[in-house]
Amino acid sequence: MISLYMPGRSWCHRLPAWLKLTGLAVVSMAVFPIKDIPVLSAVLVLVLGLYASLGTRGLGELRALRPMALMLAMIFALHAITGDIWEGIVSVERLAALVLLANLVTITTRMDDMLQAVMRLFAPLGWFGFSPRKPALAVTLVLRFAPVLLGVYSSLREAYQARTGKRGSWRLMGPFMLQSLAMADNVAEALTARGSADGLADNNPGALPARTIT
Amino acid sequence: MPADPEKEMSMNDRTLVQIAFYAALTAALGLLPKLAIPVAGGVPVTAQTLGIMLAGVMLGPVRGALSILLFLFLVALGAPLLAGGRGGLAVFQSPGAGFILAWPLGALAAGLIMQKTASWRVLPAAALAATVGGIGVVYLFGIPGLAFLADMSLAKAAAGSAVFLPGDLLKVVVAAAVAETVARGLPSALLSRS
Repeated sequence: MISLYMPGRSWCHRLPAWLKLTGLAVVSMAVFPIKDIPVLSAVLVLVLGLYASLGTRGLGELRALRPMALMLAMIFALHAITGDIWEGIVSVERLAALVLLANLVTITTRMDDMLQAVMRLFAPLGWFGFSPRKPALAVTLVLRFAPVLLGVYSSLREAYQARTGKRGSWRLMGPFMLQSLAMADNVAEALTARGSADGLADNNPGALPARTIT
Repeated sequence: MPADPEKEMSMNDRTLVQIAFYAALTAALGLLPKLAIPVAGGVPVTAQTLGIMLAGVMLGPVRGALSILLFLFLVALGAPLLAGGRGGLAVFQSPGAGFILAWPLGALAAGLIMQKTASWRVLPAAALAATVGGIGVVYLFGIPGLAFLADMSLAKAAAGSAVFLPGDLLKVVVAAAVAETVARGLPSALLSRS
C-alpha cells in the first residue's frame, strides 16, 4: 500500500535519484512560464513519450492524472466561463505536464533511494546538536504507525457497528485518539528503554554513546 | 547538562514519537473512506485537514508544524498518503499545491493560538485555533496558490475553493471536541498546554 514506486529496470530507474530530482526542478521551472499552446502541447507529447518509453506499465502509470481530473475540469470550466478558453487549455496542459513529470520521478525511484538522496540535506541539523538521522527514524515510525492507527480505528468501528448497527461516526474520534495516544506513549517508552533516539546522535555507528560507557 | 538526563531523554523520545504520531494520524485520516464527510457540492471532502488542525492544537506550534512537515516529506518521497491515494512529487506541482504547502503553517498558527489562549477552556480555544490554522491560514495561501498555478483571478480561485468550506467547518467542530476529550481523558497528551 505504502509506495507509488513502480518496480523496473528502465533507463529512468537507473538514473541516480539526485539527478532525477535536480532535473525535475530545472525542467519544471523551465516549463512553468510557457504560455504557447503549440510548445506546451509538444512538451506534453514529450512527457507522454517518456512514459511510453517505460513500456505498457509505464503508460498505465498515467492514471496519476485521474484523481486530478475533477480539479483540472473545474479549472478549465472557470476559465471557459469568462471566455478564456485558450487560457484554460494552457493552464490544464501545463499542470498536466508538470504533474506527470513529477510523477515520473516518483514512480521510477525507490523510496529508500529518495530518502538517501534527501538525507544529505539534513546534515546541517548536526550543527545544532540534532541527529540528522532522527528524520529517518521519524519516517520509519510514521510508516509503522499509519497501519496500526487504521487497525485501532477499524476495531472501534466494528464494535460500534455491533452495538448500534450504524457504520461509523465522528463520535469514534474521541476514544480512537485516547487509545492510540496511549499506544504512542508506550512506543516512546520502548524507544527510551532501547537507548532512546539520541543513541542515533553519534555519527559513527561503531562507537558507543558516551553515557553507556560511564 | 540537565539535572535529570534520563528524564530529559525520555521527553525527547516522546516528542519524536508524538510528531510521528500526528503525521501518521494525518495519513490515516486520508486513508479512511468511512470517515469521508458527506459530499459537499459534488466535491468529496476528506478528513485529512483534521489531522492538520489536531497536530497544531495538540502539539503546539513547533512540534505541530514539524509533524505536518514530516507527513509532507513522506508524501514527497512517494508514499500515497494524501486522500484518494495521491502522493509523490506530483502533488507539489498540482493546482492544490498551495493548500498542501500551507498545512505546516496552519498547524503552526493553530499551535500558537492554543498557547496564547492558555487561560481559556480547551473547547473554545481549540475551535478558534482549528478555524484560524486549519481554515484561515490554509485558504490564505491555498487560494493565491491556485490562482497562480492555474492562471486564474483570485476571485475565481476563491469561488472554486469555497466548496470545501462546509466540510472544513465540520472538521473544526470535531477537532475541538477531540481536543476537549483528550484534555479530560489523557491531559498529558495535550502538549500544547503543558
